[in-house]
Order: sequence, then structure tokens, then C-alpha cells
Amino acid sequence: MTQTHTYDVIIVGGGGAGLMAALYASQNVKTAVVSKLYPIRSHTGAAQGGIGAALGNLEEDYWEWHAYDTVKGSDYLGDQDAIEFMCEQAVQAVYDLEHFGLPFSRTEEGRIAQRPFGGHTNNKTGKSVRRSCYAADRTGHMILQTLFQQCVKNDTKFYNEFHVLDLILQDGKTAGVVALELATGELHIFHAKAVIFTTGGHGRIWEITSNAYAYTGDGAAVLARRGIPMEDMEFFQFHPTGIIKLGILITEAVRGEGGVLINGKGERFMERYAPNIKDLASRDVVSRAIYLEVKEGNGIDGKNYVHLDARPDVINKFAALDGRTRPDGSPYQVTADEITSKIPDITDFCRTYLGVDPVKDPMPVQPTAHYAMGGIPTNKYGEVVVDENGTTLPGLYAAGECACVSVHGANRLGTNSLVDLVVFGKHAGIKAAEYAHGTDLPSLPEDVTAFTLEQIERLRNGSGKEKPAQIGQEMRSVMMDHVGVFRTEEGLATAVEKIKELRQRFKEVRTQDSSTIYNMELLNTWELGNMLDMALVTAESALARKESRGAHAREDFPKRNDQDWMKHTLAWLDKEQVRLRYKPVAFTRFEPKERKY
Amino acid sequence: MQIKLKVFRYLPHTGKKPHYDTYEMEVDPNDRVLDVLEQVRADSDPSLGYRRSCAHGVCGSDAMRINGRNMLACKVLVKDLNSSQITVEPILGLKVLRDLIVDMEPFFDHFRSVMPYFVNDDPIPEDGKERLQSPTQRERFDDTTKCILCAACTTSCPSFWANGKYVGPAAIVNAHRFIFDSRDTATAERLEVLNEDSGVWRCRTAFNCTEACPRDIEITKAIAEVKQVIYSGKIE
Repeated sequence: MTQTHTYDVIIVGGGGAGLMAALYASQNVKTAVVSKLYPIRSHTGAAQGGIGAALGNLEEDYWEWHAYDTVKGSDYLGDQDAIEFMCEQAVQAVYDLEHFGLPFSRTEEGRIAQRPFGGHTNNKTGKSVRRSCYAADRTGHMILQTLFQQCVKNDTKFYNEFHVLDLILQDGKTAGVVALELATGELHIFHAKAVIFTTGGHGRIWEITSNAYAYTGDGAAVLARRGIPMEDMEFFQFHPTGIIKLGILITEAVRGEGGVLINGKGERFMERYAPNIKDLASRDVVSRAIYLEVKEGNGIDGKNYVHLDARPDVINKFAALDGRTRPDGSPYQVTADEITSKIPDITDFCRTYLGVDPVKDPMPVQPTAHYAMGGIPTNKYGEVVVDENGTTLPGLYAAGECACVSVHGANRLGTNSLVDLVVFGKHAGIKAAEYAHGTDLPSLPEDVTAFTLEQIERLRNGSGKEKPAQIGQEMRSVMMDHVGVFRTEEGLATAVEKIKELRQRFKEVRTQDSSTIYNMELLNTWELGNMLDMALVTAESALARKESRGAHAREDFPKRNDQDWMKHTLAWLDKEQVRLRYKPVAFTRFEPKERKY
Repeated sequence: MQIKLKVFRYLPHTGKKPHYDTYEMEVDPNDRVLDVLEQVRADSDPSLGYRRSCAHGVCGSDAMRINGRNMLACKVLVKDLNSSQITVEPILGLKVLRDLIVDMEPFFDHFRSVMPYFVNDDPIPEDGKERLQSPTQRERFDDTTKCILCAACTTSCPSFWANGKYVGPAAIVNAHRFIFDSRDTATAERLEVLNEDSGVWRCRTAFNCTEACPRDIEITKAIAEVKQVIYSGKIE
């Protein structure tokens, strides 16, 4: 039995962006959150180091500096109007979170504590600035908890463990979504005036990733099947410090607190790559440096990893060499207890998974697939944009990692993911509610569940010649080998062919579990189809972009090429083919320059 | 290493009674138990049902009973179990819906019942900025902010097994987080809920919750502190 529910605004996904949207949309219109996970399980909770905002609690800082750093970090591909909006709004957003009760760490004066983070600088001196507002090393956890708690307070309506499989459009307008209820296997139609997608990223297409199993690109894939493009998918961030093999993230805050990267020769190699801010250079820069060190045989024992060293004597030695001081001007010196108290969760991860204590032993790290700069194209109000002319699709919104505003351009700065989801989640919620308030409920098309059922039937009735697990493994492997930190024409072409082959083979899978109750096999297989779509668009977009910019580093085109490539990619998935077009970058006040740290 | 994995199975649609499936498999001692379950799904039986997401102990999806103790499957390595026999079962006290998946709704109902959210209706500071809180005040409730609502504590509690109306340790932890937050103003209402029949007095200090917590929260101590506040009327 298919049930129909009617709302003004439906939010798909219950992470930070979704809950923020829910808190604001529900103030004015009838709103519900539909999420494949319990919201509190969302990946926002894994964010560690902080949320950037120029509060200036410990030293001079301005949102304009934050904006410049973000533009520079984006390698000038970010849209400057959206970046200015985000960085200005970030300050209020952090105060909003505090007023919601978020337990930030505190300064001696009782204000929100702030720490240095990669790429965030004092624009006069070029040195690191304390801009990341944090709650130990579990800032994302606190944001997710706080927003969820406020939703409980507001009695927000949740449909937990409902997996959205299709977007409903009627006469060129949004009319809702179709979802499968995990507990029963039944389909539900959420008939709505506006839909906000806040479904997170798709880092699970790579072998080594910090991302949750849930990060399978569902939102972008659902929209792509309804003719909506994806933007800048070639830009995917590899975070420099993932725990070796597992990919679990070790926050940049470790380096913010003074930790340094050391190669197999015992050198602090970042001095050579970013003489000014060294270990706190942008993530793309540091990931490439690690890759190059490993390539030159400078990995630990010649292997494919380096050390992140946060032992107090090492931190103190390099802090003295750097002339680092505390806010009161005294030399920066730390004890083991201080370090442990600043990064308790990292300490726990290292002990659990590596048997290593960060204040006693260096941590073995390698770059890990971490964050999608690209995604569903939106403007700064979260409205989904469907072409290169800025045309919006009425009633359709996206925010958070699944969206591409674009504020991150070719490379996101640390802390800006949380800024993004709070600021744009809020504004998408407000905008969607405004829109819903001023429009009538569209009618539903006939056979509203037809496409959803077709997708499910295909997975159930394939020949069974192919196994989803095998296809997934081959996809992750080829993406890691050829669409990783460094890329070449040949490697990308190989990846495109391989992913196309895998997409053909995917048509031959057949799920075995016929149950309707928590049929995880069916949904995980459907997710694999989404990941294959993300992988194809990523590889095709990367193959086409013949330059190096931010996270997209081409060995065969090592320079940034503003003349030909200062533009956003838009990619449509036309069944088997990817169709690419381009749109200009928005500029306000920041002239493109060569990027040095 | 070679292991023998025994997994609780319950597939309501098959009409079969709950039973155990056994798998002999080769695994890496450094594998997480979650990796082992993933291996079963990939190689042997894709129908094995359980929840998982972050795979590193922060989302709280995969609490289960592993060799008789509540743990997150993603936060325990095979080698740390010190046994080549691994038995995996659903957490206790909540209805099993399928295999290792239990009905979480009663757990979240208890959570919601203790006003687990920040309340302060006083005006915000005139400059619109943060409410002040000293590092010491912030430290006072740090431990209970770590909760990920995985239910490992509540479903290890004998008092909860005996009476499902007991709000359970997780709910009390989340109440504690606000009771001891210097900025919050709803302590009296929260304590009223916790002083009821279903509240803190059902705790018999068995310490199972503290042992089960994958976030190392000192839960029994937190519960004792809430009891003390009700008893003395003072927050210290």
C-alpha cells in the first residue's frame, strides 16, 4: 500500500543542513524531514576541528579576511558573491548555534574558543589566524546534537529510515518525493510544494575515505535522473591526514595545535612546499606534498604514508623555531595533557585502531577522500539551478555537502563545511518556506511511483551474472588509482572506460533478499548505482578539464589556466553519456592571483 | 586469522524462528567486527541485516552484543576480542525487527521525555554575541556531551530489562548534560521528570552502562550526580 503525505516543505536528509533547514522552514510552514538514517546518525557528527567565523575572540579578524582566504583556498573558482555572503553570515550563524545551547570550548573570558586552521590567515601578515570555533575535536557532533535537540524541542516531524528514491516534478515544478520505508518496504509519496535536498556527499566511491557508508551521492543521483545537472564534480577533496588504510580522519586541528608532518627522513617537509604557513597550508597543497614525498621514496620506511607528529616535545621544538606565541605573547609550549584535552576523540581513534597514543607516538597518515566540493548546482539562497544561465527549478532546493553553491570552488578550506551547512541550510529553509507560503500545491502526475518501481524491479530481476560487491570493489579501486590526488589523461580515460563497463555490468546484478523488512541489500545495491553515476560524472568532468586547479591536479597540465578554465563545469547524465557545459565564475572584489602559502 | 562467527538471525518474513548462522572465515586481526560483517554480506549472505554508517564509532548506528557485551561493531577489532570465536547478537530490551536491527523508538521516546534540549528564555546578551561561560563551567558537563545515543548503555542495564518504563541511562546522561550547563534554566522541570517512578531512582548502580559506553562516559557517576541534585536541591 502506498501512502501519501502532504506537506509544504519536505527536507531530504537529517544532517546539519537538513536540521537547520527544518528549524527555519518549520517556523512558518508545515515541514517534515525524510531521512534514510536516524538524523542523529548523520555524517555531520563526524566533523571534528571546528566551524570558521571571524568572531575575533582571540585576535584581530574580519569576515572579509575569511572571504579572501576562502576565495584563495578555492583557487579562485568559488563564486565570490556567495563566499562573501557565507563568511559574513558565518558570524551570526555561530552565535545562533551558541544560543541554541551548543557547548563550545571557551576562552578564559568565557567566550567561544578559536584555534588556527589550514588556509585561514591574518590577511596583513599572511600568518595563521585563530578563526575556527570549536568544541574539543567533536564540533560536528555538537552541531548535530544541538540541532537535533532543538528539533525535539520544536516537535519537528521526522520520517526516520525512509529512503528517498525519486523526485516528483509536475509542469516544471517540484511536487514532492517518493520514498521507501525501510521497516516495511512500503512506498510513501511525500506530496509537497517545496523539497530541500540535504543528502551529503559521495566519498564512498573511493577506496580510502573518511566518509560514512551512507555517503553514496543519493541526492545528486536522484536529481540527475530527472535531468538536473551536477556542478564541478571533478573537484573532490582528499584530506591529507587519514589514518593509514582505514581512511578515518585525523583533524587538521592536530596541526592547528602545533602537530607537524614528518617524512621518512625525519624532515618537516611542508617547509619546502608552503614556507609561510607550512603544515597549515590548504588541504590540496598538503595532500599533494605527501603524495610527492611518497613518490620520491620519502614515505616512512619507503612506504605510502608519512607521520603526523603531535608529541609535546616535537610540537614545542617546531613552535619555538616558528616563533609561535600564545595570545598573551608568551612562547607557545604545550604539555601532553593539554594536547590530549584538545583532541580527545583523535586520541581515542588512534588508541582503538592503531594501538598508538598521539602524545607518545607519531600517527601514520595518508590522504583520504573526504569532501565533495561539487554537487547539485544552487545559488546562494539554496535554489537549485538547472542550466548555465542561472535558471531555477521552482520549489527545488539543496544545501550542505550535496550542493554546489559554489563557495568551495576547487578546494574547500577546513571548517567551511560546517559554515556551509549551517548558513545555507538556514537560508534554504527560509527560502523554501517563503516559496511554499506563496504557491499552491501542484497536482501529482499519474503513475507517480512508476519510475521508483522500475528502479527496484530492475535490481530484483537482473540476470544475476554480476555481484554488486565485486562491482563496488572495482569502482573504488579504479577511482583511487586514477581519479585521486594526481591525475593524467591516460588514467582518467582508463577510469571513464572502466566505470562505463561497470555501469553496463551493474545491469546484470540481481538482489537475493526478497524481504520487505529492512531489506538493506536492495537499498545498498540501489546506492551502488548512485555511486557509479557519481564516479562516471567525476571522471568525465576531470578528463575534460585540462588544467590543474585546487583539488584537481593534472600531471599533464600542471598549471592553472585562467584563460580557458576559469569556469564551472555543469554535467548532465544522459543515460550512458555525460554531457558537459560550462558557466562563468562570479567575481566581486578578489582578483585572481597565483596561490602561495 | 581463522575465526568462527556466530550471528543471530531473525527474518520475520520467512516464518522461521530466530536462530544462529555460523561462518568460518579468514579475517585480518586488525579488522573491525563491522568489517567482518561486511565480509559476510559481500561473500556469503547479502541478506544479513544490521545498521551502520560512519564506521569509526561516532554515529552510534551499530551497537550490538559481541561475545555477550554491548559494543559498537565498528569500534572493536577482532584481535582485541582475544578469541577466534565471535558471537554477534542484537542489543537486549528492545524488540528485534530483523537480525541485528532492533526497534529504537522506545529508546528515543525515553530520550525525548527528559527535555533533552537547551532552555533559556532570558534575552540574549545585548551585543547579540555568545552567553558567557567559563572553561570550568564548561568542563563541568563535558563528559555527558559526548553521548551518541547508540543505546549500548540503556540496553545493558538490568533495571531497564526488568522494566521498560525506566527512562534508562542514556536519557539521564542527556538530562545531566543540561542540568549541569550553567546557561540552562529548565533544571526544575527536568528534575521533576527524573524524580518520577520511571526516573533515576530505578538505577541500582550496576555499572553495566559505564562499562558498555563506547564513548567512555562515566554514566553511573552522572546518574549519581543527578540523584544528588534531586536529593540536595543544589547543583555542584
